[in-house]
Amino acid sequence: MITRRDFLRYVVIGTAGAAAPLGLANPAGVLAGKDLTGPRWVFLLDTFKCVGCGLCVKACKTENEIPYEANVSRTWVERYVIMKDGTVLADTPKAARDGFTRNVIDLGQGKTQAIVTEDIAKAFFVPKLCNQCENPPCVQVCPVGATYQTKDGVVLVDRKWCIGCGYCIMACPYGVRFFHPVSHTAEKCNFCYHRISAGLKPACELACPFGARRIGDINDPDDEVTRIIKDGRVSVLRAEYGTNPRNYYIGLSEEVR
Amino acid sequence: MKLHVLRPLVTVIGIVSIILVARALVVPDDFGVHERGYMYGWHRKGNEEDWKKFKIKYRGAEYCGNCHEKKYQTIQRSPHAIITCENCHGPAIDHPSEDRPKLDINKERAHCLRCHTYFNYPTSGRRLIRGIDPEGHNSGIECVMCHNPHSPGLGRAK
Amino acid sequence: MVHGEVWTLKELFLFPNEYIYWSVQIVMYPFLTGLVAGAFVLSSLYHVFGVKELKNIARFSLVFSFALLFAAPMPLVLHLLQPHRGAYVFFTPHFTSAIAAFGIVFFTYGAIVASEIWFVYRKHFVDTALRLREIQDKTIWQWISYLIFCSLTLGSYDVSEEAMKTDKKAIKVLAGVGIPVAAFLHGYAGFIFGSVKANALWMTPLMPVIFIMSAIVSGIALCMLTYIVFLEFKKYRLTRARAAQTPNTYTMEEIKGAELNVIKMTSKYLLLFLVFAISLELLDLVFRGYTAVKSWDILKSVIYERDFVNIFIVQYGLGNALPLILFLIPGLTIRRAVVGLLLVLMGVFMMRWNVVIGGQAFSLTLSGYMHYALPIIPTDYETFKEGIGGALLVMGLPFGLFWLFIKMFPVHGRTEEGG
Repeated sequence: MITRRDFLRYVVIGTAGAAAPLGLANPAGVLAGKDLTGPRWVFLLDTFKCVGCGLCVKACKTENEIPYEANVSRTWVERYVIMKDGTVLADTPKAARDGFTRNVIDLGQGKTQAIVTEDIAKAFFVPKLCNQCENPPCVQVCPVGATYQTKDGVVLVDRKWCIGCGYCIMACPYGVRFFHPVSHTAEKCNFCYHRISAGLKPACELACPFGARRIGDINDPDDEVTRIIKDGRVSVLRAEYGTNPRNYYIGLSEEVR
Repeated sequence: MKLHVLRPLVTVIGIVSIILVARALVVPDDFGVHERGYMYGWHRKGNEEDWKKFKIKYRGAEYCGNCHEKKYQTIQRSPHAIITCENCHGPAIDHPSEDRPKLDINKERAHCLRCHTYFNYPTSGRRLIRGIDPEGHNSGIECVMCHNPHSPGLGRAK
Repeated sequence: MVHGEVWTLKELFLFPNEYIYWSVQIVMYPFLTGLVAGAFVLSSLYHVFGVKELKNIARFSLVFSFALLFAAPMPLVLHLLQPHRGAYVFFTPHFTSAIAAFGIVFFTYGAIVASEIWFVYRKHFVDTALRLREIQDKTIWQWISYLIFCSLTLGSYDVSEEAMKTDKKAIKVLAGVGIPVAAFLHGYAGFIFGSVKANALWMTPLMPVIFIMSAIVSGIALCMLTYIVFLEFKKYRLTRARAAQTPNTYTMEEIKGAELNVIKMTSKYLLLFLVFAISLELLDLVFRGYTAVKSWDILKSVIYERDFVNIFIVQYGLGNALPLILFLIPGLTIRRAVVGLLLVLMGVFMMRWNVVIGGQAFSLTLSGYMHYALPIIPTDYETFKEGIGGALLVMGLPFGLFWLFIKMFPVHGRTEEGG
């Protein structure tokens, strides 16, 4: 016989158990985000300093073995040109792998649009890479546990376990994911996990001549990047999705997607 | 109540058992819930090590400076000091070795134009770089004919 | 070449990694899952709610649902880039993902349908197995059939009056439990899309409900259609049999009468669910336009301009409004029903298409477009399976399976066993 008290206890345990995957009653998951032992990697990107040379993209592709000719990339640079009449023009030809060397906007399908320099109100370049979100929706939707977040905040993909369903690609609001043309599994920026784990800078940061992209450890109060993020005025991309992204931008504008 | 009604149930339990046995054989022991909980940390722990073992390609300018000290010192005195060697010389992976005694240097005009195509873009750092109009400025000629990338004045043109 | 690049045409400003990663196979997947759920619900209307008029079509739908059930995971497996790892969904399920949960729900549902079929056909299995056992000097084929039917009995040969009564009870319970599970199953298919917050077109809590309603519509429509084809085939055989002067169990009038009756009755349920489906879809559209959040600008241009023909002409016009009129005009004939049913099926397929492909027709930047160029002539395996060939293969599969199954389970007959 099950007594009423037993029944209630089962209901409570059962509900908590069912809610656990949703993160409603998951103390381990909540605490892990606030674990202050060891690093929590973040990125700081400066849109005033970035000149759109694309050397970061080139270095990234080489370092992380993404075929140079493949039209996908772990990182890329966008150009925004806002005209005096308010028109917003933007492009990222071939992920800016060869930089920006022409003053025309790439419209796709081989079409371009000329820019009249005199009519520009402001124009700038925005480097993009994975935000290593605190609440990564891409990880949430992986059906098999092939993508996950490490203790130091980096989202990795297990190439030996990924089934290639593409759900994570659909779930990322920032479009950082794609299928690797050789391994045929989901692929994304991981802040050069092999380099940062060995105490080196990520390849893109190493390649950037202007200091427009810098990695930092938000758990280290003496880290200069941390100081700029904490004391300066920075913003993140698409905060409205609740992903809690960990790439901080200096000089972001409303037009940036 | 006839007991034959339970036979489909027994069959289903049998199939589930087969799946569970297969699971035990296929899934590695280190697969489980790790630091970030079930939602974000359900994975094969060994994969973190797999990624850490990924081959490093770029070594950084200091590594180059260990042997090529003179070249390193020259560029340190020029405006190009901010550019790391491997951006033009390629990654120093496996160099020097029998396989890679020399690196391929990128001397293409397009490579210089990444920064030196002049764009007058208000609010962007790009407008502060000394740049050219690629159509008008000695079109078709490699930049290194006149400019030394390690000391980019017009030393070579004289 | 990057996966997806072959069939994606990009226009204006998009992120570099954006392609149409979910192509025609992912259109087929909710379409087939919907047919499974719909077919089952139709059969349950008889088994649970005792809608007597549906007796003839009930068994038929049940077996068809089973055939569709085997075909439904096919598009999912085909679209995987690592299909050999598909079983990982069962090995290391990550239940925060709608796809992982789907695996379990699908398995449960399969078990329920299979069990129900087993109870419905148990007497048939036992009879056939016993008949085959009697035969001396069996041919190889008879040996194989004997073994198949012996295993189908699951070792139980009890077909006493009492046992049959228990079976009937079990069928009722299973059909009853099956309805929420079927709804859940297809609700999950809707949830897979509805929960993607990155996608402005997909993200709505209405998505699972819309998917369930249109699923039932398409399932009923396909069962009715196949039922008609099946009976027409019987009629054709009867005409030939008459010419050959062989005795037959049915008269032409009997079949004709039964056919029209069943179709008239079933079409009422079809209409009911069709009205639900259309209302919900229109509600979603109206709500999006009225609230007009940031993404509405680009959604508007996709819905009212780029996909106008697909959505308003083909889906709502030809696929919903026209069949609604066809079924509402009094004096329904089989011919009119067939046209209406084909249109309904096409409408539901286009709804899936407009959700899956339409949801990828615009960029995450909200200022660029992608166009899906369905590969027609395959150049390699990838363009075959993600092209028209793969879609037709997947669509043909349930019919092939159904043909196989009706060899084992007679779906139309006068003798009554179990259900």
